[in-house]
Amino acid sequence: MARALRQIIAVMALNLRTIPARLSSSAVAVVGIAGVVVVFVSVLSIAAGFSAAMTGSGSPNRALVMRSGADSEMTSGLDGAAVDVIKQAPGIRRAGQAPLASAELYVIIDLPKKSTPDAAANVPMRGIEPAGMPLREEVSLIEGRMFQFGTNEVIVGRGAKGQFMNLNVGDTIVSGQNRWQVVGVFEADGAVVETEIWCDARTLQGAYRRGNSYQSVLARLESADSFDMLRDWLTSNPQLNVMIRRENEYYAGQSQALTRLIRTIGFGIAGLMGIGAIFGAILTMYTAVASRAREIATLRALGFNAIPILVSILGESLVLGGIGGLIGGLGAYLAFNGYQTSTMNFQTFSQVAFAFRVTPLLLMMGLIYALAMGLIGGLFPAIRAVRLPIPIALREL
Amino acid sequence: MKFLPLVWKNVWRRKFRTTFTLLSIFIAFLLFGILMTIRTAFSLGVDLAGLDRLVLINKVSLIIPLPVSYQARLQQVPGVDLATHQTWFGGIYQDPANFFANIAVVPEPFLRIYPEFTVPPDQVQAWLSDRQGALVGRDLAERFGWKVGDRVPLTGTIWQPKQGKPWEFNVSGIYDAEAGIDKTQFFFRYDYLDENRATGSGLVGWYVVKIADVSRSVELSRIFDEMFANSSAETKTTTEKGFVESFAKQIGDIGAIMIAISSTVLFMFGLVAASTMAQSVRERTNELAVLKTLGFSGAAILILVLAESLFIAFVGGGLGLAVAWLIVQRGDPTGGMLAIFVLPPRDMLIGVALMALMGVLAGVMPAMAAMRLRITDALRRG
Repeated sequence: MARALRQIIAVMALNLRTIPARLSSSAVAVVGIAGVVVVFVSVLSIAAGFSAAMTGSGSPNRALVMRSGADSEMTSGLDGAAVDVIKQAPGIRRAGQAPLASAELYVIIDLPKKSTPDAAANVPMRGIEPAGMPLREEVSLIEGRMFQFGTNEVIVGRGAKGQFMNLNVGDTIVSGQNRWQVVGVFEADGAVVETEIWCDARTLQGAYRRGNSYQSVLARLESADSFDMLRDWLTSNPQLNVMIRRENEYYAGQSQALTRLIRTIGFGIAGLMGIGAIFGAILTMYTAVASRAREIATLRALGFNAIPILVSILGESLVLGGIGGLIGGLGAYLAFNGYQTSTMNFQTFSQVAFAFRVTPLLLMMGLIYALAMGLIGGLFPAIRAVRLPIPIALREL
Repeated sequence: MKFLPLVWKNVWRRKFRTTFTLLSIFIAFLLFGILMTIRTAFSLGVDLAGLDRLVLINKVSLIIPLPVSYQARLQQVPGVDLATHQTWFGGIYQDPANFFANIAVVPEPFLRIYPEFTVPPDQVQAWLSDRQGALVGRDLAERFGWKVGDRVPLTGTIWQPKQGKPWEFNVSGIYDAEAGIDKTQFFFRYDYLDENRATGSGLVGWYVVKIADVSRSVELSRIFDEMFANSSAETKTTTEKGFVESFAKQIGDIGAIMIAISSTVLFMFGLVAASTMAQSVRERTNELAVLKTLGFSGAAILILVLAESLFIAFVGGGLGLAVAWLIVQRGDPTGGMLAIFVLPPRDMLIGVALMALMGVLAGVMPAMAAMRLRITDALRRG
């Protein structure tokens, strides 16, 4: 055993020391594998970023009440009477007499995106009630001031300000016949609401001719455990036809469609490219083995076993795979980590700003993938090298 | 022609290397085909949208409805062939994951304005005579195994039905269309929507207007928008192409980034394969010199070498593109997320051009070198 190990180390050291002599051929394998890892990591970082923005949004301590059957706030609708009943439900935290619950409207308005100024993007606009601010303790103003209820003033999320045009404090948003005055900018720990524009729900009702109707009620729970009580009370109340979800679960559900699409594409393309890179690695290792057929045969004639030679060749291609994986992962990280963009959330047809996230997990997966490509790429040439009859190999060249 | 066997022998001189070069090129072009398909899907088939159709949406946002009364006013404008309206229903079939577009339309003008949808005449008749009838895309029908006559319940998300009258539809017909046109949609009758919805009577989603003269689209768009200016529902008119484009732009740069990274890496793969091919010619400088000694002209050698590299590029690439095409024919693997799943002929042509480029690129440098070679130098080197 010790002898085999010594042999492996000896042959491997020889192999690795001679890599510089075969630089161009080794570079082919490294570049191929690095390229695949770049694609793999960067495409999946889009999904990771979007999913993080969505699942990081919302708190398990808040519940979102919508009309039953609605798949998002966008399609939900609750009339004023229902809202009054919902706010009286047990399980909702109260500040003094007033329930910590905000009846809200959720609409989209067309605004030009900075990256495509000639095309309108669907920017979400939310009308909130006064309780809507204390209800979301993670929201804080970073610029300007809070809007005044009863006016046409709005505050905009940090993400919205970054992605869309003319959303600075002091700007006026023109939408149809409505004029909205931007008076502040808020942040919410990177949550989806940072892509939204907030205003007074009652003003929005008037502007969109919604009468006294809302779309959802967001309520702060007494405690995380009072969700079931609230749900049972609401769903068994004959006056209401509503459904309730924890806010974080609602957002997590919304991210699924797009995340799945990006993952399918990412795994599909990286998978196919991986096969291509394996072919590249096979060619490289084959060339490496062929150019040293005589040396390998000499080693075997000297009494080196087949196994150490096999392992050493696999080791070399693993090293090449590892180098490719590191280069690819680093490249993807430098190029894309934190890249700010926005896309459309298919469930609400509204824009969501988010940043690409090259997570340690993704880097790890990329590296493992690179090593796997290297291993498979080295396997056939290695087997070939040790199966070649010694006399023939010695005569070669 | 008589030198074909020589080319053939040269190609398979190193079987192992040629096989893997072929496989690499095969994979590269397979990926190229699939990437172009994804790109087309992300652009939502904008190349196929009609230029003679204008779309009017509410100026505030697509989600705000317009009154049904605009139809008559639009129809009277000179230069308008046909004006009709559509309404997004947003209904869910069994589970929200089963997403597909379901839209309320007025059947007769709808079929006239979209001649690209082909429906058997008896099915058209069935749709016209059944208020709860629906016209379903072929891909959608296949996805859920629907047949003509099936009853399909949908859960309304935006529009609630009147008490005790859930939304139920009968599949009257199944439409087909050319490749590249969305066949995953579900169209049903607006009169059924309007009579059965609890609220919102008389509201429609958007208008589609077919105009007689494409060159007047800008002018007519302005006329329409001025007609409804200062009303409670102002409009914004674009060509259907512009409408689809602006929707595609909303998906943003994530599609573009995915395509860009993948294409770059693919290009790199191509270069690597080409360099391997070039390498195999360089190794044979000696033999090429022998051929020259035997009286082959420089041009003949150039052709021989190019024929070899072009052969490899076209066989590998052609097979790759063909397999990509076959995969795409099997349809969208994501279950409805990529409604337009097609490999456009234009991209196939680009692929063939790339193969030619690759073959020439790989062959021409070493071939030129071989052509200029002085026989004595080359023979001495070996």
